[in-house]
Amino acid sequence: MSPRGRAIVWQAAALGAAGALVGLAALEAASNLKARGIASGFAYLGRAAGFEIAPGPLPYSARDTYARALAVGLVNTLRVSLAGIVLATVMGVMLGLARLSKVRALSLPAAGYLEVVRNTPLLLQLLVWYSLWQGLPGPRAALHPLPGVLLCNRGLFLPSLSERPALSGFDIRGGLSLSPEFGALLLCLATYTAAFLGEIVRGGVLSVGRGQTEAAAALGLSRARTLRLVVLPQALRVMVPPATSQFLNLAKNASLGVAIGYPELIAVTGSTLNQTGQAIEAIALATLVYLAVSLSFSLAVHLWRRGRW
Amino acid sequence: MAVHRSVSPLIALALSACSGAAPPQEAAPRVPAAATTSATPTLDAVRRKGFVQCGVTTGVAGFSAPDAQGRWRGLDVDVCRAIAAAVLGDAERVRFTALTAAQRFTALQTGEIDVLSRITTVTFQRDVQLGIEFPAINWYDGTGFLVPRSGGVRSPRGLAGATICVSAGSSNERDVADYFRKNGLTFTPVVMERLEELTNAYFAGRCDAFSQDRATLAAVRARAPHPDDHVVLADVISKAPYSPGVMPNDLRWMEIVRWSVFAMIDAEELGLSSGTIDGAMASGDPEVQRFVGQTGGFGAMLGLDALWAYRIVKQVGNYAESFERNIEPLGIERGLNRLWKDGGVLYVPDLR
Repeated sequence: MSPRGRAIVWQAAALGAAGALVGLAALEAASNLKARGIASGFAYLGRAAGFEIAPGPLPYSARDTYARALAVGLVNTLRVSLAGIVLATVMGVMLGLARLSKVRALSLPAAGYLEVVRNTPLLLQLLVWYSLWQGLPGPRAALHPLPGVLLCNRGLFLPSLSERPALSGFDIRGGLSLSPEFGALLLCLATYTAAFLGEIVRGGVLSVGRGQTEAAAALGLSRARTLRLVVLPQALRVMVPPATSQFLNLAKNASLGVAIGYPELIAVTGSTLNQTGQAIEAIALATLVYLAVSLSFSLAVHLWRRGRW
Repeated sequence: MAVHRSVSPLIALALSACSGAAPPQEAAPRVPAAATTSATPTLDAVRRKGFVQCGVTTGVAGFSAPDAQGRWRGLDVDVCRAIAAAVLGDAERVRFTALTAAQRFTALQTGEIDVLSRITTVTFQRDVQLGIEFPAINWYDGTGFLVPRSGGVRSPRGLAGATICVSAGSSNERDVADYFRKNGLTFTPVVMERLEELTNAYFAGRCDAFSQDRATLAAVRARAPHPDDHVVLADVISKAPYSPGVMPNDLRWMEIVRWSVFAMIDAEELGLSSGTIDGAMASGDPEVQRFVGQTGGFGAMLGLDALWAYRIVKQVGNYAESFERNIEPLGIERGLNRLWKDGGVLYVPDLR
């Protein structure tokens, strides 16, 4: 048999063994659940959830099904993750360039920031952001950082095209609003991931040979144009794989939102498994959803790189 | 760390569920190989290890909370101690497992605890679908609201459009949704798993109201920087009968838990307290004689000795003593939880 044929046989055997193990575990789990009198199966997904979730992009009420509630959780996870990735990238590039700068007033604070953020637990940072936000005044005494913008312990309120936010009843209504849970989680994820991205940017830029910069200078390109046209395109090749894994980490870290009551996938899963008691199904489903999100993101990046290079 | 702790029983469930092919002591470490043949695996296991593993809250004053010396105290804690006094002869032979609302049933189902005694409302779904058995109701409560006095809210209807703090996986999470839906009102929930974090968020002004069972709200209010700034609304929007919980695979254990609770209530009805029970040993009252084990042989029927009920009262006290020690200091009235002859709904079968 050719080496390639042998490899295929071995891989098929390994896959079969892994599949058999998973199947065995599932059978054992099912019989154990039955022995303990715990209901199993996914029929619960079609039943009414009966609990409320803070308003988000996807309409939802307690009348909707558990499946819908989970979709709301997923959308909330994706929402904070995408916003976090954009913010973290902007901050990360700025941090990386600041660290490379010859101006010490830029490079030293950037280095200090990286050390602090990378060497403290993420959950602690999240709780700090959240308690800082909770320390803001109430809706009646909301801060006005910019005209039309209101900031208080109930959230950040921005004017929309049609209306300006204003106090109404218990809360501020109208315009666009970000809850303190979303805001704290977004800031936490962005500032944390930016520290790692900053190092990736720095490493990427340093990986481009000095000769390239010198050649660009010899051609008379300005420093900014050298960076934009010569250094960054080459640095990007080095930066994309580790940055991808940081983006995926950010999406996974979004599950920490459960600690401050942000209704993301894990929080909704928690309420669901608690109301239904179907822990294995609920956790398995959350795992599969995360896996699917991560793998499709990886695949997209992979295809993009293949197309580009 | 909230996240880690909340997930651990799930992992335990997954692991134990996956190891069914392994020897029984690995699948369920606390149940011996004979578990399948013994009629009362939990009682056997408790006797062998010498203590009752009891699931309680992470700290709700009055029901289960550690005091300044780290000793667990509360109405629910006294149920754990009563069981230990009855089964092991010593009310102190209890180990406590602090559980969040979301963790509690998994901990019971996986055998991490022998009995759940944790302000748990009996519901159809928990009884029938989760397969938890609820042997004896030991507290009647209901979902209410805690609000800042300055807000001027007098009734739950005044909370239209409000932000409400509610604990994840509690029955309150659904009660509040039901109530607002029934009345055609809306609200925004802030849902957290740990009561401490939820309490902090409420006191920081994140929510306009805190919804929980009313006795728990009284305990939360007592922890406020200025308790008088907050008020528990008089309205109760749901029924919340609390019972300890056990697994359905051990009828004898369930009976022991049930009659340990009943014994405390019966003792109050018979006028027996920790101070008077020694004198009652010589009583001529046939009911008292049965209770203290002089006649009737009820202990043996439970698989215990004759003095099981005597020890519960001697070491833990009757229901009124437990109430006065734990709940009354919070300023909560006994209300529904008075004996039936005093106008409450505590009405339990006699030992006969």
